[in-house]
Amino acid sequence: MSGIAIRNIRKSFGATRVLHDVSLSIADGEFLTLLGPSGCGKSTLLRILAGLEVQDTGSIEIGGRVVDGIRPKRRDVAMVFQSYALYPHMSVAANIALPLRMRRLSRAQRLPLIGRWLPGSGPVISGIEMEVSRTAEALGIAHLLNRRPGQLSGGQRQRVAVGRAMVRHPAVFLMDEPLSNLDAKLRVQMRAEIKDLHRRLGVTFVYVTHDQAEAMTLSDRVVVMRDGEILQVAPPQEIYADPNDMRVAEFLGSPKINMVDATMREPGLVDLAGSALPVACEIAPGSKFTVGIRPEAFQFAEHPGPGVITGSVRMVEHMGSDLFVYFDPCGLEHPLIARLSAERAPHIVAGQTLHVSVRPDQLLVFNRDGRRVRARDVSRTNPSTPVREWA
Amino acid sequence: MSAIRLSPAAAILRHGVLVLTSAFILVPFVWMVSLSLKSPGEIFRATFSVLPAQFYGVDNYAKAITSVPLPRYMGNGLLVCALILAAQILVCAPAAYALAKLKFWGRDFIFAMVLVGLLLPHQVLSLPSFILCYKLGILNTYLALVIPYVVSPFGIFLFRQFFRKIPDDIVHAARLDGLTELAIVWKIMVPMALPAVIAFSIFSVVAHWNDLFWPLIAVRDGHLMPAPLGIMAFKNEEAGNDYGPLMAASTLVVAPLLIAFLAAQKWFVEGMTGGSVK
Amino acid sequence: MSASLPAVSRLAQPAEGAAAKLSSRVSLPRRHSFYEAMWGWALIAPALVFLVVLFFLPVIGVFVIAFSDWQFGASSLSFVGLANFREVIFDEGFRASLINTVVYVVMVVPGTVLAGLLIALLIESSHSCRALYRAVHFLPFMATATAMAISWEALLHPTIGLVNHSLAALGLPVANWLRDETTVLPVLAVIGIWQNLGYAMVLFMAGLKSIPLDLYDAADVDGADHWLDRLRTVTIPMLGPVSMFVVIVVALRAFETFDTVQILTQGGPGHSSEMLLYTIYRESFEYLRAGYGAAVAIVFLAIVVALTLLQARSMDKRVHYQ
Repeated sequence: MSGIAIRNIRKSFGATRVLHDVSLSIADGEFLTLLGPSGCGKSTLLRILAGLEVQDTGSIEIGGRVVDGIRPKRRDVAMVFQSYALYPHMSVAANIALPLRMRRLSRAQRLPLIGRWLPGSGPVISGIEMEVSRTAEALGIAHLLNRRPGQLSGGQRQRVAVGRAMVRHPAVFLMDEPLSNLDAKLRVQMRAEIKDLHRRLGVTFVYVTHDQAEAMTLSDRVVVMRDGEILQVAPPQEIYADPNDMRVAEFLGSPKINMVDATMREPGLVDLAGSALPVACEIAPGSKFTVGIRPEAFQFAEHPGPGVITGSVRMVEHMGSDLFVYFDPCGLEHPLIARLSAERAPHIVAGQTLHVSVRPDQLLVFNRDGRRVRARDVSRTNPSTPVREWA
Repeated sequence: MSAIRLSPAAAILRHGVLVLTSAFILVPFVWMVSLSLKSPGEIFRATFSVLPAQFYGVDNYAKAITSVPLPRYMGNGLLVCALILAAQILVCAPAAYALAKLKFWGRDFIFAMVLVGLLLPHQVLSLPSFILCYKLGILNTYLALVIPYVVSPFGIFLFRQFFRKIPDDIVHAARLDGLTELAIVWKIMVPMALPAVIAFSIFSVVAHWNDLFWPLIAVRDGHLMPAPLGIMAFKNEEAGNDYGPLMAASTLVVAPLLIAFLAAQKWFVEGMTGGSVK
Repeated sequence: MSASLPAVSRLAQPAEGAAAKLSSRVSLPRRHSFYEAMWGWALIAPALVFLVVLFFLPVIGVFVIAFSDWQFGASSLSFVGLANFREVIFDEGFRASLINTVVYVVMVVPGTVLAGLLIALLIESSHSCRALYRAVHFLPFMATATAMAISWEALLHPTIGLVNHSLAALGLPVANWLRDETTVLPVLAVIGIWQNLGYAMVLFMAGLKSIPLDLYDAADVDGADHWLDRLRTVTIPMLGPVSMFVVIVVALRAFETFDTVQILTQGGPGHSSEMLLYTIYRESFEYLRAGYGAAVAIVFLAIVVALTLLQARSMDKRVHYQ
């Protein structure tokens, strides 16, 4: 049992508050991703989990045991660092073996040359060697065991770092942006390998990234963080389609979600970009708020009409299967972006007039504080909203 | 080794050891200042203390300044250091620019010569340098103290390293703006490589202010002696066992660099370690 | 996010292309290569002339003097092969000088490097008083050696020196440190360590700073969290290349010791504290034995060049390490 409970963690570095009262629980065997821009506190939270930083207040429980004040090596966690943090002077085998040597051998037995011949160390050392080679084989790096980290490629180093974490069968894997030093192609490949590793090991993974594609593809649940706070915790689909907060909606999705200021005209009808659109939530008439519309929520429409937004096309980007159309509805300062299917939309050119419709349940309504205002009577946003490919 | 929080015992041990080593380091300085404030009678007394029983500092320092031309020695040192540094920068900066940014036949060979020059200690060259100064008739002049040092292979090397880091596009832009190559050196390169110039200046001034070997060979005339040679002469001729004024003179010679060091530690450390430490 | 990137890069491309064209026009290969070469030679000429006159001709001069019978004031010379070197090698004074220098270096280098390393580790292990300790330990490296040697002489004075006063107060035997053949070289070595340990310390501190903090974190997670284990797993191995560099740089400085010998002992008593640089100075300029002095200078040069080349190799290694 190695779920994690994080309760009311606060952390400041000097005068800067990095984490404000963060609470979170992680299920045993779950793949949880901490997602957010740099400086949001996600790495600090991970380092507090590892025991590398000490929280100011709050408590951490791993596997039902409170680990506050317990040193990293006794927490039964392993960590993969962004820089991999391999020991450059040691061979790959020695790097992977180190966590086992530190745990199973006494200080005297670890001495170079002599240590091997001290009573009791022989069998332990050969046991460690066996486990190292088994781990290396599982990761496909058995042929690299005698090399130094400096002689390896980025992907190989990454596997060694994973091997060093894996070899002692920790209850929790902590990963701090492990893919960010790889090139794009290798990143996709290693992403699949990490996913596979999680499936095989079945232990809890806590994964820190600023890359939404990694978060979306790997995670059981995503934690979106901003300025030391958790904005939302939910499965990837839900985070995308049903964000709690304007900042979550803006952080996820590419191209970025359109945010449009709107006014309630009458119950169920909103003034937006020169049109009156039906919405499924109850806000007092006359009040102002913000509506978020995903670019792919727009549908091409032949004619103007009720519930249709009209504007002149500023620029078109052809992306193959899709078109990104930048258009200016009247009364808006910034253009809206629509992602239209290249098959369904006819040939659109800059300067022409465009009509697009949008389904009421795909208007995400946010109040002045950026919090989501949900429809009371409309069922949850249709989860079949396509999640676009995360390249 | 950061990120370790020391236990109280470890922290006390750390301070204990460092205070001891600091004491070892400081004893000669403290002793020097202490003696410079004491009367001859007290210096030769069997008991001792750090602070003088009778403050004799004024007499000692007055004697160091008046009976010996110490101000003259220090002025000589300053003049020689300034001349050497000016000449080194004037000679080395354009050369370093040529090596770093210009392509011309023979460049690599000249750079190899600079590297060989780095290998050659001045002391080894002192005999031929002495003969050269003799032939030029400049022995026992300021020129003799300066000439051997007007080019510094280390300076060329250091400046070249820094100039190479400046993007070529800046050189191209300067040429478009109509600057000559010489103007690029002084208006673009040297200002942009100012940290290297400062580090080198400190290195050069410290080395030549403290140098004893070459002045001992090059000048005999007391009016030309830089500070270290001057206090050596003071020790040999006039002072004998008159420690008070001798220590006062030593203190005055050491003081300027130490004060400058305490005021600009970072620069000094960088300069004295050849820019290898940031 | 990534999809809006192509638009930006498409905009950026023409500008980059223009810049590339511009720069190729400014450093025009053919027409400007002559101009560039002229400037190159013009800018390097003063340095080149001085390099030749002040470094290369003198070094040839040293060899000529060492292999000939030239004396001060002589108008002609003839080559005598290795005669000067033979004289040097069979001279007891030189052999004493060489042995003294080596013994001195062998005392100064380990003392300086170990003390520098220990002090650097202690200072960096906590923030308290870090800058103060660093400044204090670096002071002797800056201070004028001549002046400090005079202070050391007073400290070591047989009757009024602090050292003997303190030893006598503790009931320990005293000595005439600088006039006793058995103590003079170790005492000079202590002064050498005193001068240079701050330098070693600063180099080690830079080495410590360049160790990635991630490695210490990894060691923590891997279980190497005792200070001894951290030292053994991360700190000491990562300082390896820097240590090699420090050893050689300190050895070079120790070989070049002159001021303390000149001020404190003049090589005495007997030859017991004579060192190479002092021998070069005295033979060349006091005894005016040019051939002898030049031969010793060449021996000295060989040692310095060997050490410097070793240092260059260790710097190369440092690059390959990562």
